[in-house]
Amino acid sequence: MINRRNFLVKSASALAITFVVPSLLSGKAHAKKPLAQKVTDKQSWGIHVDAGKCVEGCTACVDACNEENGLTGFGRPETDSQWIRKVTVKNKTTDKITTMPMMCQHCENPPCCDVCPTGASFKRVDGIVMVNQHTCIGCRYCMMACPFKARSFVHETLTQQNTNAPRGKGCVESCNLCVNRIDHGSETTACEDACNKAGHSAITFGDLKNPSSKVRLAIDSNSPRRLRNDLNLQQKVFYSNI
Amino acid sequence: MSEYTLQKLKTCRYAYWGIFLFLGFLILLGIASSAYMEHEGHYVTGMNNQIVWGLPHIFAVTLIVIASGVLNIASMSSAFNKKLYKPLAPLSALFAIAFLIAGLIILVLDLGRPDRLIVAMTTYNFKSIFAWNIFLYSGFFVILSIYIWTMLDFNVSKYSSYVGKLAFGWRIILTTGTGSIFGFLVAREAYSTAVLAPLFIVMSLLYGTAVFYLLLRIISKLQNINIPDEIVTNIRRLMIIFLLANIYFLILYHITNLYISKQVAVTTFILLEGGNYTTMFWLGQVGVGLLIPLLFELTNKENRNFPLTLTSIMTLIGGFFAVAVIIIGGQAFPLNIFPDHTIISSSFFDNQIHSYSPSIFEFGLGIGGTSLALIIILVLITNLKFIPTKK
Repeated sequence: MINRRNFLVKSASALAITFVVPSLLSGKAHAKKPLAQKVTDKQSWGIHVDAGKCVEGCTACVDACNEENGLTGFGRPETDSQWIRKVTVKNKTTDKITTMPMMCQHCENPPCCDVCPTGASFKRVDGIVMVNQHTCIGCRYCMMACPFKARSFVHETLTQQNTNAPRGKGCVESCNLCVNRIDHGSETTACEDACNKAGHSAITFGDLKNPSSKVRLAIDSNSPRRLRNDLNLQQKVFYSNI
Repeated sequence: MSEYTLQKLKTCRYAYWGIFLFLGFLILLGIASSAYMEHEGHYVTGMNNQIVWGLPHIFAVTLIVIASGVLNIASMSSAFNKKLYKPLAPLSALFAIAFLIAGLIILVLDLGRPDRLIVAMTTYNFKSIFAWNIFLYSGFFVILSIYIWTMLDFNVSKYSSYVGKLAFGWRIILTTGTGSIFGFLVAREAYSTAVLAPLFIVMSLLYGTAVFYLLLRIISKLQNINIPDEIVTNIRRLMIIFLLANIYFLILYHITNLYISKQVAVTTFILLEGGNYTTMFWLGQVGVGLLIPLLFELTNKENRNFPLTLTSIMTLIGGFFAVAVIIIGGQAFPLNIFPDHTIISSSFFDNQIHSYSPSIFEFGLGIGGTSLALIIILVLITNLKFIPTKK
């Protein structure tokens, strides 16, 4: 039988479980930057890839990205999503062979955002280019416009998605620099973590505006280049030693 | 045709219902195809992450290009004051509306999320040529509807010439917009050129005139009337001019690309090394679509109907190949992500010519959409007075 004391104790417990405990837990994991904090242009996120350190045959970054974002394939490589892929190239003049990861290059002037009819492809003020899964109509014009083939269209019904990376059948998607981690205060991406763990340290992520950030230090000491510089897209992914 | 009245289509009931049911069946197939594609996901189509636009887009772009071109006949009357075409102007505007609707329906039903059409209609990114096209298409629909009204209602007929001129200007901008969907894609060597806009305009003039003539022939058979010789003569001359204009812009497009070093590879691919795409280009687009029709028409000095019918059909087959070569051929050639490198391996097919085998569902959607245009025309000309008949 419920009395007033019981009622108050149970109500307080329910409230605590619903509101206090999750905030404590999330506070522990992501203490630096709660989700409610507004994204600002004080940071500009970017990646430096040192192709000299990238090892052919290693797919640690690809595997980590797939796990982070729940990109489980259907055994159909032509239609399965790939947010990051490994590419091996040979220099036409020197014959030097290099391998490196390719992903969305997070352009300052992104063609995908220019052509998107609904504005679902957008660039955040901190430089992350991503797709609003609620307003993407699946026209694939952004895929036609992207010079880096960085985008994938979700061709099949998805089940058991990761809650931190919601995806949608019939929508376009691509690398979003692990935006969910960043917005929770993390300073690494899944691919960077995996590359470090594999002992290669070819991928360095960080704030391009911070002169002492690891990504800036990597860029300053390597004089990297952007892919397709002729297009003047001002990407935030830089490559060294190609 | 100085003295004429507009009549409804008066044909045998069996012929009408036969055509209606046949087209209706094809439309149902189109709906079923689209429903299956949306339910299962696009993996059941031939499209993939390499060839992202496929057969539905070939149908849709061809129909939209035809929609603007088929208005030619009405524009001759209103914008260029050629009295000969005035009786045919309402029919021409009706065809334009029907083909526009069909093209757009196919585009919408091929979207990954067709249920979000309302988002596309209410949320705009004005930097996108696609968003401009949504305005251009809906505006064209409204202008054509008003144009037809001013032509059919005597009370407002004094405005028809003005609305006709507006429709003519709009259609030029609309086709420029359609061509620019490709022309603005700087990343793909096959597309990034403004020449595509005028190329699309001359394509629309050619295919639109061919479609108009073919439909006029069918209607005249059903109605048991003759197409005046003067009209046939003029359409033949127009076809020759438009065929020559198409050849000119096609040569200009490829010569331009051959002069720009970074675009030589893709042009060589289309013209020489592209396998099926090269065959489609030379045999379909150039041979069947341009050169043989030109030869037929130049030798058709008596302005006979049969060669004109044949060349119209060939022109349309060639036109379909032309759009296919532009859309699929342009995507099949891999992106030049590393201009000073050769890609040796990639899990995302960066180093390969991309393959595309259209599925039956895409074909069903395209045929269903095309049938929708024809059924709209059939129903409207049977119930409203569109067909000019001598008094």
